[in-house]
Amino acid sequence: MKSHDLVIVGAGPAGLAAAELAARLGARVALIERDRLGGTSVNTGTVPSKALIRLGTLFAAMREASHLRHPDGDEPVANFQRVAARLRAIEHRVGSFHSAERLRRAGVEVHFGVARFVGERTLVAGSRRLNFRNALVTTGARATPPSIPGLVEGSYVTSDTLFSLEHLPRELAVIGGGALGCELAQAFRRLGSRVTIFQDEPRFLPGEERDAAQILAQSMARDGVTIRLNTSVVSARREPNAVVLETQNNQHNAEARADLVLVSVGRTPATQGLGLDAAGIRMDAAQGIVVDKFLRTTNPRVYAAGDVCLPYRYTHVAERTARMAVGNLLGEGARQSHTNLTIPWCTFCAPEIAHVGLQAWEARKKNIPIRTFTVMMQDIDRAIIDRQDVGFVKLHVAGGSDTILGATIVASRASEMINEVCVAMSTGIGLRALAKVIHIYPSQSDAIRIAALALDEPLAPA
Amino acid sequence: MALTNRLQRGAFGYFRAYTNPLNGLVADTSRAGSPCSIAVVGFALSCQAVAVERGWCSREEAARAVLTTLEFFWDSPQGGGANATGNKGFFYHFLDMKSGQRVWDCELSLIDTALLIAGVLSVGQYFVRERPVERRIRQLAESLYRRVDWVWAQNDSPTLSQGWHPDYGFLHYGWEGYDEALLIYLLGLGSPTSPLSPRSFTTWTLTYQWERLLGQDVLYSGPLFTHLFPQAWIDLREIRDAFMREKRSDYFRNTCRTVELQREYCERNPRGFLGYGRDIWGLSAGDGPTMRASGECPSDQRHFGYMARGAPFGPDDGTLCPWAMMVTLPFTPEAALSGTRALLAEYPQACLEDRFASGINPTVDPESGGWLSEGWYGLDQGLLVMSIENARTQLIWSLLRGSTHIRRGLIRAGFRGGWLS
Repeated sequence: MKSHDLVIVGAGPAGLAAAELAARLGARVALIERDRLGGTSVNTGTVPSKALIRLGTLFAAMREASHLRHPDGDEPVANFQRVAARLRAIEHRVGSFHSAERLRRAGVEVHFGVARFVGERTLVAGSRRLNFRNALVTTGARATPPSIPGLVEGSYVTSDTLFSLEHLPRELAVIGGGALGCELAQAFRRLGSRVTIFQDEPRFLPGEERDAAQILAQSMARDGVTIRLNTSVVSARREPNAVVLETQNNQHNAEARADLVLVSVGRTPATQGLGLDAAGIRMDAAQGIVVDKFLRTTNPRVYAAGDVCLPYRYTHVAERTARMAVGNLLGEGARQSHTNLTIPWCTFCAPEIAHVGLQAWEARKKNIPIRTFTVMMQDIDRAIIDRQDVGFVKLHVAGGSDTILGATIVASRASEMINEVCVAMSTGIGLRALAKVIHIYPSQSDAIRIAALALDEPLAPA
Repeated sequence: MALTNRLQRGAFGYFRAYTNPLNGLVADTSRAGSPCSIAVVGFALSCQAVAVERGWCSREEAARAVLTTLEFFWDSPQGGGANATGNKGFFYHFLDMKSGQRVWDCELSLIDTALLIAGVLSVGQYFVRERPVERRIRQLAESLYRRVDWVWAQNDSPTLSQGWHPDYGFLHYGWEGYDEALLIYLLGLGSPTSPLSPRSFTTWTLTYQWERLLGQDVLYSGPLFTHLFPQAWIDLREIRDAFMREKRSDYFRNTCRTVELQREYCERNPRGFLGYGRDIWGLSAGDGPTMRASGECPSDQRHFGYMARGAPFGPDDGTLCPWAMMVTLPFTPEAALSGTRALLAEYPQACLEDRFASGINPTVDPESGGWLSEGWYGLDQGLLVMSIENARTQLIWSLLRGSTHIRRGLIRAGFRGGWLS
């Protein structure tokens, strides 16, 4: 049996991007998927969650607008069956870009089944045996199951299982104040659920700027989310119509009832059943598959990309690193290192919190001198016009230069605005050049230009 | 001068009215049933020195009152038991005004102990005459300071915890970012018995946040009190630690810039709150309204009750601390005086009996002049008395400049220059 040039395990965003690129490069490619094409991102993660957030935003806007309408009108109420139908339609539409048929037309062999390494250059997929010259593991990550006594299968959902809901929960308890937990807590609240979020740390989003996390907490509280910081869920029990959570805040015990519990405590690399040992691929429990900076595993013929091996678990990172891995495997040029990437990320709450590059605290820890320029969105005309003036733009530049080292943006469309900073950072455009770029007036991204202008402005007298 | 005299005297009157003369404990607020706050006791002790210098009481009277307080804290039970007043030299945040026992299931508080101990050190520096009462004050001041186990409060981590509870141990969060914890670190670093390491301080300063905000380069901390509490006692003019050397600033100038930032913020007044302006400002920790607006529209305004408010990142619900302008007198006298005068002209009800209320929110209930906090808070009054005195005579700053413990703490934190030279 002739070897494949490349066998890819996992058809999420990373696997799909890798397969399409490898086929374009003329390689004989096989793509193995155990479930549905598109992986977590399309089917249970990014796409449906962002669609849900969008619908929550819509209802929040309707409520805001309702303050301007005639007082006899009704408050907008979400019809969750229609919400769920909209989510499925969006998933279907986005997923259709990646049908097996389209992939086959592009020259990719698609196999459905559970993949397992049986040797250093051999895999089985269902009943088929595939020999490879190179392989790429892109199996992603799965929601980490909770380790809370009494919270057993069936009494909770994760982001992997949440989107099959048909009814809006009346009382939703969210365990975990990371990005996804906050996003979904706010979205469900805006759709009409009563939501309580439990975070066992003093603030949400522990890796983000303090001010950003504080603004997020204020925004969630304003939406009516009940916030329980410094609170751990220590046990759970099922009652006929509810799950009862026992919580602990500095050992003050309390109970909370919910008809749905969403556990959002992180994601674990999906490596179970892959037979990594048989291929000589080393695995780390926290990091996932161990790779070098070129994404090569401990088996020199096998690479990995995306959530299964990297700490930045985002769709855009998965796609980029998968293409990088294919380039490193099949390309003829110099190999690229994933450690050189400029990686932005975003928490899609209202307001959104987007970040790229260094955080201020990281710079101080690494003894890198920086200057930080901050503009509040409340001073930006377009944000005022849109009534989206909560947040800020913070730009960090290297001390004594205008080289941008990082940025945090908190704004209603921070996910769009951060891309301008990414372009500047990736191409070496300094803050002075950014200040000279004419921006549309009025626009929220003008905040970036105004922050950049401060570099050469004299200080106001104190 | 007449205005500052009047307000300083009015603020001191709080301690006359709300101190238990039998044990020296001072009520947290003027409200009925208020327990003692140990932090307020720290301010009250320093205010006794001011009262003597201002002629509001005799030195003997002040010394007796101070000694009563120090003896209470020295003699009160320490240990892990629930009825103790403190543990490891620290004290519980709130105490019963009569018995001195812990109330409200409160925590053993690092910052409130630090505020108490700063007051203790100040009276140890002030009562220096060779009289038995003053000798005893000095002994007890030294003993109370030496008894504090600052290293224990690190809970085996590089930086300090926020507190400890007898039932469940250390609070699982610490100090992050520049704030009033500077006072704890300086006291801890200066301890001859249980000194914090310089590394603990520099590790904490790694969380500092220096940025250009509203036209000012500042070491950011939103609420004013976080800048002012340490500097009620410690003169930070023109002395610099490594961070401030790098930024070519100092904590005093940084406070001046923070005042300017608050004025700029209140002039811009992005949320359109009533009362805010270049001459009426002052976001800090204080009492505020608690009612919650109905509906979930983003334009709805929620109110936070007692809360540390700050600019420009918030939280901000339209509540200002009417005392917060005057307490910046040592830093930005023009802003402090013009602001206070503007406030008194517009909202005279915020300063009944020459004593500022904790909070005012002109946006809430505007027909009746705005929401006003009931009664008075001891922290505000103590800070007023001391700040006005530092602006006039630098009395409290001078006292602590003479403390070998404070000097050692500053030097071990890396401070150089100015009066330390």
